[in-house]
Amino acid sequence: MTRIEMTVDGARVSDDVEPRMLLVHYLREKLGKTGTLVGCDTSNCGACTVHLDGHSVKSCNVLAVQAAGHEVTTIEGLAQGGDLHPVQEAFHDCHALQCGYCTPGMIMQSVDLLNDNPHPTEEEVRLGLEGNLCRCTGYHNIVKAVLQAAGGASS
Amino acid sequence: MTVTEKAPDQEIGQARRRKEDQRLITGRTRYTDNIVLPGMLHLAMVRSPYAHARITSIDTDAAKASPNVIDVLTGADLGEGQGVCINAWPITPDQKTPVHLPIPSDRVAFAGEIVAVVVARSAAEARDAAELVDVDYEELPAILDLKEAVKDEVLAHPDLGTNKSALWVFDSAAAGTGGDVEEAISKARQDGVLIEREFRQQRLIPAFMEPRSVVVDPTGEQLTMWSATQIPHILRFALAATTGVPESKIRVIAPDVGGGFGGKLQATPEEWITWAIARRVGKPVKYTETRSESLMAAHHGRDQWQKLTVAARKDGTVTGLKVELLANLGAYVAIVGGGVPVLGAFMYNAIYKFPAYHFSCQTLLTNEAWTDAYRGAGRPEATFAIERMMDELADELGVDPLEVREKNWIRHEEFPFTTVAGLEYDSGNYEAATAKAKEHFGYDDLRAEQRRRREAKDRVQLGIGVSTFTEMCGLAPSRVLGSLDYGAGGWEHAEIRMLATGKVEVVTGISPHGQGHETSFSQIVADRLGVPFEDVEILHGDTAVSHKGLDTYGSRSLVVGGEALARATDKVIERAKPIAAHLLEASIDDMEFTGGRFSVRGTDKGMALTEIATAVFTGHNLPDGAEPSIDAEATYDPVNFNFPHGTHLCAVEVDTETGEITMRKYTCVDDIGTVINPLLVEGQVHGGLVQGIAQALWEEAVYNDQGTLVTGSFVDYTLPTAADTISFDTDTDSTACTTNSLGAKGVGEAGTIASTPCVVNAVVDALRPFGVHDVRMPCTPERVWKAIHDRDQDVASGAVPHFGADTGMEGVADRSTGAEGAGQ
Ligand code: FES
Ligand code: FES
Repeated sequence: MTRIEMTVDGARVSDDVEPRMLLVHYLREKLGKTGTLVGCDTSNCGACTVHLDGHSVKSCNVLAVQAAGHEVTTIEGLAQGGDLHPVQEAFHDCHALQCGYCTPGMIMQSVDLLNDNPHPTEEEVRLGLEGNLCRCTGYHNIVKAVLQAAGGASS
Repeated sequence: MTVTEKAPDQEIGQARRRKEDQRLITGRTRYTDNIVLPGMLHLAMVRSPYAHARITSIDTDAAKASPNVIDVLTGADLGEGQGVCINAWPITPDQKTPVHLPIPSDRVAFAGEIVAVVVARSAAEARDAAELVDVDYEELPAILDLKEAVKDEVLAHPDLGTNKSALWVFDSAAAGTGGDVEEAISKARQDGVLIEREFRQQRLIPAFMEPRSVVVDPTGEQLTMWSATQIPHILRFALAATTGVPESKIRVIAPDVGGGFGGKLQATPEEWITWAIARRVGKPVKYTETRSESLMAAHHGRDQWQKLTVAARKDGTVTGLKVELLANLGAYVAIVGGGVPVLGAFMYNAIYKFPAYHFSCQTLLTNEAWTDAYRGAGRPEATFAIERMMDELADELGVDPLEVREKNWIRHEEFPFTTVAGLEYDSGNYEAATAKAKEHFGYDDLRAEQRRRREAKDRVQLGIGVSTFTEMCGLAPSRVLGSLDYGAGGWEHAEIRMLATGKVEVVTGISPHGQGHETSFSQIVADRLGVPFEDVEILHGDTAVSHKGLDTYGSRSLVVGGEALARATDKVIERAKPIAAHLLEASIDDMEFTGGRFSVRGTDKGMALTEIATAVFTGHNLPDGAEPSIDAEATYDPVNFNFPHGTHLCAVEVDTETGEITMRKYTCVDDIGTVINPLLVEGQVHGGLVQGIAQALWEEAVYNDQGTLVTGSFVDYTLPTAADTISFDTDTDSTACTTNSLGAKGVGEAGTIASTPCVVNAVVDALRPFGVHDVRMPCTPERVWKAIHDRDQDVASGAVPHFGADTGMEGVADRSTGAEGAGQ
């Protein structure tokens, strides 16, 4: 067991964890942050995407101990003071989710994408979301939502 | 009150944003794996690496000694108490159905079958211990190829003596719905046109994003199962029927479910094992599969060989259609199983007026994962085959593919139309949808560009694909299901509870898992009862709340479940009417109900339905003998299927040097009758399109010669990403369905059904100048390249198969041995 401390969705947390524990399992099992989901075992699906110090990572691909001392934001910490993040708003408005299973990861990845590139083209959005799988929406409305959140960029 | 209130905008038809989104976009979700109960134990499965083997011994000692392991159990340990996985649809009376135990104790029949289960305090500890279970196998020969399976030389289940499970036949001459197809074929052979093709429907994996998960809590009076399932009601029935627990002692809950697409329409070994162990240990138990397990052991879809013969006159009028299928059931007959290709049997004739039709389907057992419903279930296969054949016929005749379709389709004034397969199509307008789609697409311009590029011998050729599909959905009239020997009915149930505070609870037997029924059903109820959309709450997916239902699949939710709902609202109004008359001191005959209010005809007196709900709650002033309730329920059995249709058009660019395909444009106009919520319809169409396009271009479940699934992770089973796909041009056209009061038709599967042939037709169309008549799915760059440059390779059938024995060429164009080593 290793003692770790970090900030998750603005709260300081500290736990003893097995060194092999993945960040996603730490979030889900120890902290009850079940908003972050697991969709695969090969780091392909992106359902587990969170922000580590403001940048998106697949939390199934990071050990909990590696996140020690860092700041983690999950889908549950994205809305600030009761206001949805513009990307959350856009997903709702554009019907960019159906079953919702890819959604936390998609949203976290989209936020990161827009932080890096506030006015992407459709092509750039599509490439930027390549690591996140969705089986329901056909991506059409997800891409639309990201472009809308970006302020209706390139048509 | 005399002021004429502005009627609230009608909810039906509005692009309402979904009410279910708020939780999902903020991570407040209730997927099964999120559920944690006090003292909960975890399971890990030990699975066979062999496709077919005798289990000679299982040593569980090391696993049992592993930290925090409670127990390790085999099939022998669980014995009869584990129940059995059921097939609900024996398609023929003499169907061969191998017994499917959740954990067999003597023999495994596919790679991934469970041989033992570890119970531990954590999932990680269970998995560690599962590695320590030592199983000895004696390998048996495995049958992994449909065309080999039919020979019965190697048997999937030696005890059965054959791989042939059932032969299901429909013949229009015998059924009295049309003529004799053999006559039509011999006539066409003499002085008409005969098109013969053989197509491969590759094996696909539904690949819902939420892996299957199940939690069973045996600590209450009712044993409760939460499962990532599409079918909580059917599960409850099946658990009761096979495990000896009274149905009244069982509660099944489908909480948030992360996609299904037919893949969660199943009664699975994993659910039955979790059930058995929770009962045995008396503690809550959870099992969540890994993605690899999901790909390996959750049921697959498609996997057929299709032989098609179309007979036509020289002018292009079709005269007969013959379909011969081999369908792979996998190792066991799943819950719908062989019923999947049978659902397709009624759809091969599609929108065309074939005077004669013959269909046969041989289902076969093999040592591969079981197959069952995957989005469309039978109908994508049928639509693919017929829409590919219509293109082949057009090519043979040298006419535009839309022209040959139009010559043969049912004209809008001919509805209702009884088809050669015996179904009555109530409505449709193929002309209108096609005209609209052609215009949006710019059909004529693209054809002109195609001609230019062909003449210029451009390296990148343009292909235009057409698919004018129809499908049958809204499963299903119970009598029809009965006549097909399906084990249940096709009705649906709904209940409306008028709450004292004016809010409305709606209970539905439908079990949504992403479709947005909470929103669309609220819109229907809001309009019918005249209450605000926000005041309606849709409850579902819990047998303790919704005691009756047949769940969600087959594009039935709106057209069957929605209709049940509409009927329940009518009953609420009927029940409220005498109470309203009493309270308004008027005659019941003078009562009118509009916009949520009862009023007395010719007066300004009136009161809201919600006020009557409050009056009923207090019960202070009701008519003598009146029951203090206006709640109502309805169970609706559909009178017919419904038949959405549409015209899909696709343009692809094919690089003839590399075989690479780029989709340039995809346009579709779907006629799904009355649209309740256009936003949700678009979403269903987009998602459906990508799944169908993925079959055409990318996805295939591949086994190696040992029967190991090669595509056992998302690294190898290539789901499309945002970068692979394009934005679509979708629209609807509406001829109201006449067999339900909403006028609605199903939309959940339309995109998937229509798009696969549309895309393959486009690819083949691009390659026609090279003499190519087919490219096997998925149309990978390699296959496309070989089709163009290496025509001896049988991936592209230059040759037309001759199925008739008289030609002596039976089977020459068997494309089963592609150079890809795809196993079959
Ligand atoms: S769970 Fe699939 S990428 Fe992390
Ligand atoms: S919304 Fe279901 S997987 Fe994306």
